[in-house]
Amino acid sequence: MMAHPTHHIDVSSVLRGTVCDLYSNLVTRPTGAAVRTAIEQQVAEIGAPAVTTIDFSQVMLLDFSCADEIVAKLLLRYAHPDGPDGYVLFRGIHEGHLDPVEAVLERHALALVAWYDGHAELFGAVTDEERLVWEYVRDAGPVNNAEMAQALGLPLSDVDVLVHQLCGRRVLMRQATRVLIPGSTPGRH
Amino acid sequence: MTTVISVPPSLDEQTFEQVLEQIAPIPDGQKILVDARHVRWASPYGLTGLLCLAQSRSERMAFAVPEAPETCSYWSRTAFFRHADELFDLHGTVPRARDTHGSDVLLEITPIVQSDDVHGVVGRIQQKAAEILHGQLGLDTAITGAFGMTLSEACQNIVEHAGQGGWVAVQTYNYQRRLGRRVVVIAVCDAGIGFRRSLESAPNHRRSDRWGDAMALDEAVMRAVSRFRHGDAGRGQGLAGIRRFIGRWKAKLSVRSGTARIALVPEWDDDVPMTEALAPFPGAQVQITIPEHIGEPTPRASSAVPRPRSRTGGPGGAR
Repeated sequence: MMAHPTHHIDVSSVLRGTVCDLYSNLVTRPTGAAVRTAIEQQVAEIGAPAVTTIDFSQVMLLDFSCADEIVAKLLLRYAHPDGPDGYVLFRGIHEGHLDPVEAVLERHALALVAWYDGHAELFGAVTDEERLVWEYVRDAGPVNNAEMAQALGLPLSDVDVLVHQLCGRRVLMRQATRVLIPGSTPGRH
Repeated sequence: MTTVISVPPSLDEQTFEQVLEQIAPIPDGQKILVDARHVRWASPYGLTGLLCLAQSRSERMAFAVPEAPETCSYWSRTAFFRHADELFDLHGTVPRARDTHGSDVLLEITPIVQSDDVHGVVGRIQQKAAEILHGQLGLDTAITGAFGMTLSEACQNIVEHAGQGGWVAVQTYNYQRRLGRRVVVIAVCDAGIGFRRSLESAPNHRRSDRWGDAMALDEAVMRAVSRFRHGDAGRGQGLAGIRRFIGRWKAKLSVRSGTARIALVPEWDDDVPMTEALAPFPGAQVQITIPEHIGEPTPRASSAVPRPRSRTGGPGGAR
């Protein structure tokens, strides 16, 4: 499989470009909806399946309504069987963003991958087994399911199911017979 | 004939009920004088409540301003008279408005009509909120962002549900009587349609025998029910977020709407969780009280990002 093209979107630039150039906080539902729509347009313009990184580094304040409109609704769209190909990742999510982000992830049973200085973390509604598999892929990937089953001491059939679920939720990415974390460097293992 | 409504000397969330009890039996359209001459102190809830009182009547009411110069001066700093002048016929000496810089008025009374107003409020208060919440009340720095979120969500309730504009004010003061320490108080009040009518407008709403203001408050505040939940599962998270804020910072939330009032009561207060059969008053009146932190550092949800964890409670947990 070819590596997906990567695309970086600075949310704060989108906010100033689409809603108001004086705003620095992501608050209110109409603001969140406008920012999400602009992000979706940017992603659609790329055309090819892409790994899109949504960057919250410059966002001071994110409220629950905006977290729901931007984070949850983008992820819901990608997680839908008829949703676009590609992956949405996040970076720049700081302590102050976590409460609303985790609340909306839990509300919609969603999960996301966030990157911190080259290190990926998984947030949201995931089972302990899903997290175990995901973290193994992060630390050892790209890996195939058999290697993982052996390393984790899990039945291969269980690993197959877990990997299938995590890929469906777009928090793992397939690369031929192996899986890796979206946004990580393919073939580094 | 003009009916005189006496405003209690100390006007807060509790004593505002005395105002409502006096005004409720008066037919709409009858002349009313709101007599605030003997008021010495008013909370942000009391001041924004008075503005809502004016909005709740078709007849423009007369308003006798406080006689105490320091009270009048303070009300002026909160911008009360600026807005009251448009809603009441003011009687008495009203001082010129002064700058609130350096005062305990964290956010002067501000109208909330549309989403842009919420941006304005959140943007204006951030720096001063950090100074007071962290610098003066000893709360963890993490509260500043959470405070902004809470303020934003409380104000958005007006924009999305009230059907007309409302008011927000934030103030810090020494809550000696109940707590013996300083507090920051957010008041968000409107005279709109209220929680019951808002929820009744949902397409899937079903009335039960118990349906009323109290049940509507319980559903909205405790169970995150929103009239927009039908077709959008993400709605209703604003009040849920406020509830989490209340729990984490040992704060207090009370919401009055119609004839009922619900409260999330922390250890330091002895309020009742639900009060019914109050004097009817339109709209919704929200108060959030955040106490000063004394003692050990406030426990944080986590020390630093990243903080991944399972939210499902164990292996095989349902999503």
